[in-house]
Amino acid sequence: MERKVRVLVAKPGLDGHDRGAKVVASALRDAGMEVIYTGLHQTPEMIAEAAVQEDVDVVGLSILSGAHMTLFPRVVQLLKAKGVDDVLVVGGGIIPEADVKELAKAGVARVFGPGSPTTEIAAYIRDWFKSSERASV
Amino acid sequence: MDVYEKIREAEKKWRERCKPAATQRDALFETISGDPVKDLYTPCDIEGLDYGRDLGFPGEYPFTRGVRNNMYRGRLWTMRQFSGFGTAMDTNQRYHFLLDRGQTGLSVAFHLPTIMGYDSDHPRSIGEVGRCGVAIDSLEDMQVLFDKIPLDKVSTSMTINAPASILLAFYICVGEKQGVSSDRISGTIQNDILKEYIAQKSWIFPPEPSMRIITDIMGFCADHVPKWNTISISGYHIREAGSTAAQELAFTLADGFAYVEAGIKAGLDVDRFAPRLSYFFNAHLDFFEEIAKYRAARRIWAREMKEKYGAKKPESWLLRFHTQTAGCSLTAQQPENNIVRTAYEALSAVLGGTQSLHTNSMDETLALPSEKAVQIALRTQQIIACETGVANTIDPLAGSYFVEALTNRLEKEAYDYFERIESMGGVVKAIDRGFFQKEISDAAYAYQKKIEQGKAVVVGVNEYVIEDEKIEIPILKIDPEVERIQVERVKALRARRDNDLVKRRLEVLKNAAGGSDNLMPPIVEAARAYATLGEMVDVLKGVFGEYKERPIF
Repeated sequence: MERKVRVLVAKPGLDGHDRGAKVVASALRDAGMEVIYTGLHQTPEMIAEAAVQEDVDVVGLSILSGAHMTLFPRVVQLLKAKGVDDVLVVGGGIIPEADVKELAKAGVARVFGPGSPTTEIAAYIRDWFKSSERASV
Repeated sequence: MDVYEKIREAEKKWRERCKPAATQRDALFETISGDPVKDLYTPCDIEGLDYGRDLGFPGEYPFTRGVRNNMYRGRLWTMRQFSGFGTAMDTNQRYHFLLDRGQTGLSVAFHLPTIMGYDSDHPRSIGEVGRCGVAIDSLEDMQVLFDKIPLDKVSTSMTINAPASILLAFYICVGEKQGVSSDRISGTIQNDILKEYIAQKSWIFPPEPSMRIITDIMGFCADHVPKWNTISISGYHIREAGSTAAQELAFTLADGFAYVEAGIKAGLDVDRFAPRLSYFFNAHLDFFEEIAKYRAARRIWAREMKEKYGAKKPESWLLRFHTQTAGCSLTAQQPENNIVRTAYEALSAVLGGTQSLHTNSMDETLALPSEKAVQIALRTQQIIACETGVANTIDPLAGSYFVEALTNRLEKEAYDYFERIESMGGVVKAIDRGFFQKEISDAAYAYQKKIEQGKAVVVGVNEYVIEDEKIEIPILKIDPEVERIQVERVKALRARRDNDLVKRRLEVLKNAAGGSDNLMPPIVEAARAYATLGEMVDVLKGVFGEYKERPIF
């Protein structure tokens, strides 16, 4: 039997808008995943540490303040430095279309902008998990 | 049979005759908050409404119809667009643009480091400088922000909470440098810390010292800055976080009453500080629900201030408010549609009797407003004011069976919430338990589910969708150089100023924080010496500690 996907939902930086992060966290939990929510005002270091401590499969990052180009890649960098390079990193918030490609290069696999249905996010994560090596662990 | 029984009988017969329910569309007939809406309202829905007791005349208790006796016939609402980005210079330019286009008041949006009490060169500010507001680290930046803006002629609202005392001090000092004494400046600081723990989440210190700072500001302004609104008790953010209209109304007023109690407990005469408390509500998309909400708010505040808190001055009973159209109602898809949403929301705020209004720009789901977009937002207000005729008469919807019924219903829902909050021991205890936060996140999740199930329609998002649409409007970009420029500025300031003086002023501030003296005078003194915001916040953090939330979802 497949184990539950473990997801860390995180708010990097000083941005205090947590409505979206909480809605996604609730939706993923209702979709049968284990969800840990970091709370607000997390540094990239705190997020990477939590991801390792909680042994998550997925890290979801939410920023609405415009600081994503600095903070998202930093989280990915720190995960790699901790020897974790097979987690799925996804993002959401207010992220211009023009930045999505750059973020992909920096290791953010998908960005779910405003209006993204939570069902789409859950399906994406589930599909990734099925085809990843983590599912068999 | 009395007149109401006659109407009830007649309605019954009408329904039997026409069967309006039989051919009803398959749709959700609810307000956006989830309250059911009937197909028809009649005098029976407001049976018992007493004009004198429940509505009254404008400018008189209970102020349901408006806080001024001639409302917009005397003076239009202030057109006050929330604005700020990049450096103080960038924002000063935007302020001149807005004033030039007919805005009648200023409203400052600070960047996150300022909001959270960090200078631009703090490690936590990396990537954040100038991105969602203007970078203000010191009085020097503030002077640039208001360059060529006469503070005796223009009023300014500053959206700042935890460090509001410091920004107020900066503003007072800018006034001084212009030769405008503090008794002649007018404006508002948001300074509503309770809703930070509940919704906006830009806190620094724990609740108790934060309330002390607020009562210090109330006392200081009563004596020295009499034309200043010391708090903008806010529902906007509570609504943006996902609450219903009733929750927005109830939680905001509950916060307001908590401030009144704090002021009284601190030994201030209620009639000295209450007239300078103001409010800030959201204007969401459900047109009539919003109008009813504003009217209910005025009536509830008037009654409680008079009956419960014993305020004697009518100025203490009247609820003055600013409104912002709902950011959370806007879409990233087909952004031009947001012009339409904002227009309807603005109209409801005007029909609800707002004193001041900000209209969102169409591109705010994508970036900060471009010049073109904010001009349209401003023109939206000007068209309402000058072309629609709605400002010709006061509270035009009074007497509407639907609107009065909604006003009554929202009022009752608010009182139900007041009782629950009381039973928890008040607002601060309820915050500790996560009561408001859970109500809000539950409401947000319920609404999201409604959208995903197709029960609530969002045009362009779950209906009338355009696949592969191209965004064809100009998008404002923040120059990454802004961070480097601002970091250099604040470092240069620290090198240039009299650092011994700053050190002494910060020491005085530290001692005041540890005692019970009013904090405003030492903050103003430190500001004058060009102590930075981050330095002053660090001193206060050292004494008061930092707030830590318990994240729940």
